[in-house]
Amino acid sequence: MMTLAEKILSMHVKKGNVKPDEIIIAEVNVAMVQDGTGPLTIMELEKIGMDRVVNPEKTVLFIDHSAPSSRKELSNAHMMMRAFANKTGAVLSEAGEGVCHQRLIEDYVLPGDVVVGADSHTCTSGALSAFATGMGSTDVGLAFALGKTWFKVPQTYKIVLKGTLPEGVYAKDIILYLIGKIGADGATYKALEFSGDIENLKMSDRFTISNMAVEAGAKVGLFPSDLITKEYLFSRGKGDKWIELYPDKDAQYEKTIEIDLNKLEPHVSFPHTVDNTRVIKDAEGVELNQVYIGTCTNGRLEDLRIAAKILKGKKIKKGLRLIVVPASREVYLNALREGLIEIFVKSGGLVLAPGCGPCVGVHEGVLGDGEKCLSTQNRNFKGRMGNPKGEIYLSSPATAAASAIVGKITDPRNFL
Amino acid sequence: MKLSGNVWKFGDDIDTDQIYPGKYLPLTDKKEMGTHAFEGVPDIKDFSAKVRSGDIAIAGRNFGSGSSREHAPIAIRESGIQAVLAISFSRIFYRNAINIGLPIMEIDIDTYNSITQGDKIEIDTETGELRVNGKSFKAFPLSGLEHDILVHNGLINYIKEVML
Repeated sequence: MMTLAEKILSMHVKKGNVKPDEIIIAEVNVAMVQDGTGPLTIMELEKIGMDRVVNPEKTVLFIDHSAPSSRKELSNAHMMMRAFANKTGAVLSEAGEGVCHQRLIEDYVLPGDVVVGADSHTCTSGALSAFATGMGSTDVGLAFALGKTWFKVPQTYKIVLKGTLPEGVYAKDIILYLIGKIGADGATYKALEFSGDIENLKMSDRFTISNMAVEAGAKVGLFPSDLITKEYLFSRGKGDKWIELYPDKDAQYEKTIEIDLNKLEPHVSFPHTVDNTRVIKDAEGVELNQVYIGTCTNGRLEDLRIAAKILKGKKIKKGLRLIVVPASREVYLNALREGLIEIFVKSGGLVLAPGCGPCVGVHEGVLGDGEKCLSTQNRNFKGRMGNPKGEIYLSSPATAAASAIVGKITDPRNFL
Repeated sequence: MKLSGNVWKFGDDIDTDQIYPGKYLPLTDKKEMGTHAFEGVPDIKDFSAKVRSGDIAIAGRNFGSGSSREHAPIAIRESGIQAVLAISFSRIFYRNAINIGLPIMEIDIDTYNSITQGDKIEIDTETGELRVNGKSFKAFPLSGLEHDILVHNGLINYIKEVML
């Protein structure tokens, strides 16, 4: 009678089945840091002479948050990461390879894994039925060195998705709606488990949803490992690594929330909290200076296809900046082959190297005072894009693309 | 641990971009991180010039939400704030604070409403007892392991002193 979270964690303890609220020590399959958090990890490990990794092939240091570097301090941090990877045999993911969470789901994470990352959106891999969660630099450092970590087993909220999404409404709208409904701390410490008519959701949709679990405070956002997961792994040459994972039928949930997908509309989060959501008709008309399509939330090939379809043969509004960042090198290459990049460039957009891009406000695409940006990213906190005087709105890639053409927040269904 | 200090009062949803803006992530000098603590909180100007060593922060719901950056609790500690009490914390911040040895405890909303900026507060991290303006309140004390890590001044020292 276990939820998915309990089931996966039980696979990683020495014996027995775990129970909610129990403190356990679990084996870790994949551990990672990025260039904002990694230097602290390295310094803490060196302090106690534990600068080693037990599982080098699945220990990854990502250069993605400011890639390539925009200032010497960051360049030095990157050097520290490269030297650590050289010394320990850990994997170094260079500038240009892509956002950590996208790279993890492409090459490192398998269903049933426990994944810890020094980045809050590590929960993205939950879509692959991995218990994947964000932690701080020190916690992840010890997972590097020891191959295990401690967890308090979370209670689970079951999110039941019913029906199919109407045209022009996407996975991003589901998760924005959910966060608006339960609040930015509505699931603090809980596991979210998605179920219901999920066979209608592709892996790229599931990644978008799991990615934002943390924006409701959740520790992890899990999907079962089903035939869609199997197909995804086969497409990546890892079909033999698939295992089926479902919650038990009599699993115990602290709460159940139903979402009727048939009636869902496009949603937009207004500044400065993710739960400040509005349906599109109450959001339309906000004038924009910048539109950003990309990130670990919505920078996958499927997202770029949706945006390109809307932008094809059109020009973005004069005076507006459209920034497009493929989430990984592989996404970038596929987008090039499919002609999507050409569509973005011809429409007046600019395409930057795979990575986090302007989302975290460290190195590019920083907003000016009073400027408004509509972004497909996951977070719109004050100052997030490098300037507390800027305003960030969040939406799906379709809403972002339509809005770039009009220059104002616009219902994407006008462009279908 | 028994601590006392003057109160800095904050509202709800003080996220990690407000506690420690992303543009300072490249910094590795902890003292320098402390000079940027709470720099992104809209209603507070010159926090680092005004805060006194030993002050205690009191906040509302969802303190520390957002990024996993450990710089956030480090900056708070280095600024001179010696403990944070909040109605609720985001889970990554909560864990990071304990891991770097910054005392934190949850309080209920009545306690939060009874405390004002500049009050003198005494706290006992072991029992959760609080005294403010001659009145007693109770915070939710940390669990055994969490408190052990805290009194060893963080996870790295805990590992060094207890496990190695």
